[in-house]
Amino acid sequence: MNAAVAGVRERLQDFTRALDPTLLATLGALAVIGLITLYSAASDHPGNFGSQLRNFALAGIVMVLFASLPPMVLRRVAVPVYCLGLIALLAVLVAGVSVKGAQRWLDVGFTRVQPAEIMKLGVPLMLAWYFDRRAGTLRGVDFFVAFVLVLVPVALIARQPDLGTALLVLAAGSFVIFFAGLPWRWIVGVAVGGLAALPLVWTLLLHDYQRNRILTLLDPMSDPLGKGFHTLQSMIAIGSGGIFGKGWMQGTQTHLEFIPERTTDFIFAVYSEEFGLIGTSCCSSCSWCWWRARWPSPAAPRRPSRACWRHRSP
Amino acid sequence: MKPLRKPEVEVLHFRERLVTASIVVGVGFVVLLLRLGWLQVVKHSEFQARAEQNRIALVPVTANRGLIKDRNGVIIAKNYSAYTLEIEPAKVQDLEATIDALSTVVEIAPRERRRFHKTLDDYKHLDSVPIRTRLTDEEVARFAAQRFRFPGVELRARLFRQYPLGETASHLLGYIGRVSQKDEERIDRFADPANYSGTDYIGKIGVESSYEEQLHGTTGFEQVEITAGGRPVRTLTRTPSVPGDNLVLSVDIKLQQIVEKAFGDRRGALIAIEPSTGDVLAFVSKPTFDPNLFVEGIDPVNWDALNGSIDKPLLNRALRGTYPIGSTYKPFLALAALELGKRRPDSVTYDPGFWSYGGHLFREGGPKGGHGAVDLMKSIVVSSDVYYYVLANDLGVDAIHDFMRPFGFGEITGIDVEGELAGVLPSTEWNERRFHQKWYGGETISIGIGQGKNAFTLLQLAHATATLANDGIVMKPHLVKAIEDARTGQQTLTVTAESGRIPLHPENLALVRAAMVGVTTDPSGTAYAAFVGAPYRAAGKTGTAQVVGIGQNEKYDARLVEERHRDHSLFIAYAPAEPGAKPRIAIALLVENGGWGALAAAPIARAVMDYYLLGKEPAAPPVLVPGAAGTTAEAASPRPAPRATMAAAPPATGAARTAVN
Repeated sequence: MNAAVAGVRERLQDFTRALDPTLLATLGALAVIGLITLYSAASDHPGNFGSQLRNFALAGIVMVLFASLPPMVLRRVAVPVYCLGLIALLAVLVAGVSVKGAQRWLDVGFTRVQPAEIMKLGVPLMLAWYFDRRAGTLRGVDFFVAFVLVLVPVALIARQPDLGTALLVLAAGSFVIFFAGLPWRWIVGVAVGGLAALPLVWTLLLHDYQRNRILTLLDPMSDPLGKGFHTLQSMIAIGSGGIFGKGWMQGTQTHLEFIPERTTDFIFAVYSEEFGLIGTSCCSSCSWCWWRARWPSPAAPRRPSRACWRHRSP
Repeated sequence: MKPLRKPEVEVLHFRERLVTASIVVGVGFVVLLLRLGWLQVVKHSEFQARAEQNRIALVPVTANRGLIKDRNGVIIAKNYSAYTLEIEPAKVQDLEATIDALSTVVEIAPRERRRFHKTLDDYKHLDSVPIRTRLTDEEVARFAAQRFRFPGVELRARLFRQYPLGETASHLLGYIGRVSQKDEERIDRFADPANYSGTDYIGKIGVESSYEEQLHGTTGFEQVEITAGGRPVRTLTRTPSVPGDNLVLSVDIKLQQIVEKAFGDRRGALIAIEPSTGDVLAFVSKPTFDPNLFVEGIDPVNWDALNGSIDKPLLNRALRGTYPIGSTYKPFLALAALELGKRRPDSVTYDPGFWSYGGHLFREGGPKGGHGAVDLMKSIVVSSDVYYYVLANDLGVDAIHDFMRPFGFGEITGIDVEGELAGVLPSTEWNERRFHQKWYGGETISIGIGQGKNAFTLLQLAHATATLANDGIVMKPHLVKAIEDARTGQQTLTVTAESGRIPLHPENLALVRAAMVGVTTDPSGTAYAAFVGAPYRAAGKTGTAQVVGIGQNEKYDARLVEERHRDHSLFIAYAPAEPGAKPRIAIALLVENGGWGALAAAPIARAVMDYYLLGKEPAAPPVLVPGAAGTTAEAASPRPAPRATMAAAPPATGAARTAVN
C-alpha cells in the first residue's frame, strides 16, 4: 500500500519536474489575459467564453502530457507526423472544404481539421529529427534538404491560401535550421536571394487579396472604407486605448462592432483598446519571458528538469 | 558508424545561435513596443477623436413647420402625424413584384403607384420613397405582422402638411414639396444647409415658399451612439428643435371663400386690401387647385389635368396676370388732370359719342349720340370715353406715366410672395427702348381709357385703389400680417409703417372720390344697379377691357375661343366712402371674358362689401341679369360685341381701342 502511494508520488514528481514554473506562469498569464479579453470581445456570444475555457482545460492536460513525454518518443513520431501532415495537406488541395474562399479544412467525418496546424509542430519536429540523424556529419546538402522539407509544406499552405500560417511554419522551420548551425554565408545568401525573389513572389505567387492586405497594412488610409477598413479600425482601437485603456468591457470600437473578427484575428486590438499601453506592455513582457524561459541555463546544460535537454544524456 | 559527437561544442554553438536569435526576437519586441507607444501615447488623441467620431452620429431632429392661420385665427395649413409605407429602392430587387405583394396587404391605388414612379424618377438621390401615405391603424397592424416578407420596405411615422380648406386660397398659400436639387441650391443661398439636414420638404410657391425661413424652424440634433452597422444603441445628448414660426395672414379666409364662391366657374382675380394698413384681406385667383395634391408629389394624371387645362388653374392671375384695366383707370386719370392743372372740376368736354384724331375715329360704346356735355364728375359716373380721349391727348403719355408711377402702376408692389410681374406703364422712353419706335399720338388716346400698351396686374390696381382711399399714403400690401412665435405666441407685425406718401390736394381727392361714389349711388352711375339698397356708401368704378387674342399655346376649341374673345369685366371699389369715414376695404377684381364690368364684376364687389362691412353672406353667386335691374341707360341696352364697335385701327398697334363704361 505504502509502496503504491510512493509510486504515485514519484510519478507526480516526475510530472512536476517536467514543468518549468516560469514557463508555466507566463503561459498561464497569457491564457488569463486571453480569456479576460475574449469575455469582453464575445460579450454578445457568451458561449464562446465557455468553449474557450473548456478548450484551455483540455489543452492544459495535453500540454502536461506532452511535456512529460521523453524526447525519444518525440523523435520517433517526428517522421510519421510530418508525413501525415503532408498527406493531409495534399488531401486538402484535392478535397478540402472551402470556408470564406480559402480551402483549408479537411472533413474527417466527425469533425473538421486544419492540416496546416499539424505542420506548425510537424516541420520543426521533422527538422530536429533530420538534423539529429545527421549530427556531426552536417554538410551543405543537408541544409538544402532541410529547406526542401520546410518549403514544400509552406508552399502547399500558401496555396490554400493561408499566408499567415505559411509564414509561421516558415519561421518555425527557419529557426530550427538556424539553430542547427546554418553557415553564415548561407544565411546571407538566403537573405539576399529572398530579397531578390521578392518581386517574383509579389507578382507570381501572391493572390490579389494578399497583395492588397499587405498594401493596406502599409497604408490603411488608401482605402479607409474598403480594404483598409479592418486595419484602420483596429489601429483606431489600439490608439484610442491610450496609456490606461478604456477599461474592461468599455471599449467602444469593440462593443459597437467596429473591430472585425474581434474574437479571433483582431482580438489584440480589443485587448489594446480596453487595457491600453499598460496592458499591451504586460502582454509583450509575458511573451518575452516565455521566450526567455525556454533558454537552457548555462550552469546546468543537462538539467534533467528541462525536457528538451534530457535526451542529450549519453 | 556514427561519428563521435562533442556535446560541449554543440551546446556552445547552440547558445551562440540562441543569443543571436534572441537579439532578433528582442529587436522585434522593441519595435512592437515602440509602435504601441506611438499609437497609444503619441497618436492617442487623434485616434481617440476618431473613435468618438465612429461611435457618435448626429441625428437631426426635424422642427415642426409653423402653422398658417388667417387674421381671425382659422388654421389653413397644419401638420399631422401619420404612418407611411416607404420603399428603399437600393434594397429591393424587383420593385414591381414588391409593390404587387404589398398591395395584397395594404391597398395601393394605381394613382399611388404612378406617383411612386414619378417621385423615383424626379428625385434620384432619395434613399426612401413613399408608396402609401396615411395608413389606417388596421393597415399598420396588418403590415407590421407581415413585415418580414418585405425587406427594404419600412413603416415610418412622419409629419405631413395639410391644407384643410382644400382649394381655398391655394394661390396665396402655395404648397410644400420634396426638396429638389434646385431647392438645395436655394437653401445654400439663404440658410445653413445643416439646418436642412433632416428636412424632406420645402415651400415651393406662395407664402409657404416666401416665408420658408420663418416656417421651417431650427433643426435639433441628437447625439446617438451607433454600431458599425449604423444601428442606434443609445442617445447621449439631445438638442431639441425649435419649431418654426406661425404665420398670421392678413387674409380673412371667410371673405376669401365668399369671393371664390362668388366667382363660381368663371376665371378671374380679386384683391381686397385694408387701405390703412396694406393688409391683403382677400387674394383670389380663379380657378384654384388643391395644394394637398402637391405635397407628396403630384401624380401624372392630376398634373396633366391641371397643367393642360385651357383655364390655367395653376396661373396666379392676381400676381402674374397683366391686363389692360379699361375704364377703372379713369379715376386716376381724372386725379392727374386736376393735380396737373389740365382740368378744372367744371371744365366741360362735349361728348358726341366719338372723337376724331389724326384722321381716325375713336368711338365709344355708350348711348347713341354720346353723353353730351360732360364735366369731370359726370365723366366718371357715366364713364365717358370721349372725355378721356381728349384728356389723355392733353396730358400726353409721359405726364401720365410720371403721375401714375407713385401709385405703383407698372411696378412690382413688393408683396410678400414670389413671382410678381411688373406689367407695363408705357412712356415714350420705354417705347423706344422696347420697340425702337417713336410713340404715336394715337396710342395716347387708347391709354386714356385704360387700353393700349397699358398692362397692369390686379394687385397693382387694388394697391392703387387702396392708396387713393388712404389719402395717398402708400402701405405696402402684404399677405402675412404677423409672424407668431409658436412657443410664446408673441406676434411681430410684418409691415408697421407707410412706405411712401403721394402729395395730393384734398379737394381734388374729394372730387374724384365723390365721382366714384356717384358710380354706385347716382341712378346714371354704371354700378348703380349692383349697389342699389346698400346701407353703406361705396365708391367704385366699372371697367371693360378688350381681349387682344388667344395665346398660341392654348388648345383651339371653336366654342371656347368664341367665349374667350369676350371682354374682361373689371371693377374697383372701396367702402365705406362717406365723407370723413375711414375706408376699411379697397378691392380690384377682374372676371375674364365676363363682358361688361357692371354686369359680371360689380355684383361680386357688392357681395364682398356686404360680407366685410355687414357680415352678410350671399345666398347665391351674385350675377346681374342684363335688363333685370335696368335702371341705367347702358345696362338696359344690350352692348354691341367689341369687334363690331371697331371703328378705326390706331396706326401703331393695329388694335381697335374702344371701351364702354
